Amino acid sequence: MSIFSLFRKQRSAPAARERLQVLLAHERASAGTDLVAVLREEILAVIARHVEVDSDRVTVKLDRDENVSILEIDVEIPIHAALAA
Amino acid sequence: MGKVIVVTSGKGGVGKTTSTAALGAALASKGERVVVVDFDVGLRNLDLVMGAERRVVYDLINVIQGEAKLSQALIRDKRLETLFLLPASQTRDKDNLTPEGVERVIAELRRVFDWVICDSPAGIESGATLAMRHADVAVVVTNPEVSSVRDSDRIIGLLDSKTVKAENGERIEKHLLLTRYDSNRAERGDMLKVDDVLEILSIPLIGIIPESMDVLRASNIGAPVTLADATSMPAMAYFDAARRLSGEPLPITIPGEKRSFFGKIFGRKAA
Repeated sequence: MSIFSLFRKQRSAPAARERLQVLLAHERASAGTDLVAVLREEILAVIARHVEVDSDRVTVKLDRDENVSILEIDVEIPIHAALAA
Repeated sequence: MGKVIVVTSGKGGVGKTTSTAALGAALASKGERVVVVDFDVGLRNLDLVMGAERRVVYDLINVIQGEAKLSQALIRDKRLETLFLLPASQTRDKDNLTPEGVERVIAELRRVFDWVICDSPAGIESGATLAMRHADVAVVVTNPEVSSVRDSDRIIGLLDSKTVKAENGERIEKHLLLTRYDSNRAERGDMLKVDDVLEILSIPLIGIIPESMDVLRASNIGAPVTLADATSMPAMAYFDAARRLSGEPLPITIPGEKRSFFGKIFGRKAA
């Protein structure tokens, strides 16, 4: 460790503060109900009603920002499954 | 009628039991009648921190189940004669802690004592919700650390919805007790500052307890930190917090903070 790394070192407290503010804003807004979990289940149920979905071929991603949550659901639908529907 | 206080946090290991013992002893040292009640059934530790582990005969569950009278289960402190402990059961199932039983015991304690201080177990399950159920005042113990702050936020939500006061449309008095605070690390930007935590949780501050060797030393010998060495930094911070709990408008000071030259001369502005 060189003496310069002392100057380069990022302070971690501001990051802690920011992460908490974003997280708690979401947790307070959805107190009791987890909207994202409900949406995920219902959307997948609707798709599964029409095509056979391989649960290994589903990716669900979530990104929570200060003001919005982005729920990204990727469902791979095989050609034969889609035709059968 | 005494006041019922719950010492709670959500997260474990942040200093609930230490704070319960220290605040209880601080209040009792002024001659107030105090009982500290351990709600952590199966994992009791308040007896150990109070130095009364070898004197436990009956416990809270025995009283709730009608196997012992309250007066038989209460253990008087050897140092302060107005300080009592009601221990939790170490062996019984926590399902024996019934809502009706807890209500009856708390009502009885409230009649006899000036202060009933309930040491909540960690978590948000029945033990924790029963410990806070009849409280007039909540002391939310928080470390300046992300997981502790998040869990405190959750507990504040429960205090506003699951307590008798909240259900009756009243507001439960909530106070933040910031423990294990290291002003040097906070000053360097390596630890959440007092103001950061206050801004996030937005409940009033009752005290700041500095990180200190004295806390471990006190628990080693089985004495509340306010009795082990009343002049130590954490003890003085707990004494101040106890005075604020009693309603004294004492300004908050940040323990161990290096003051500037001008700060030394003019004093720190109260938070």
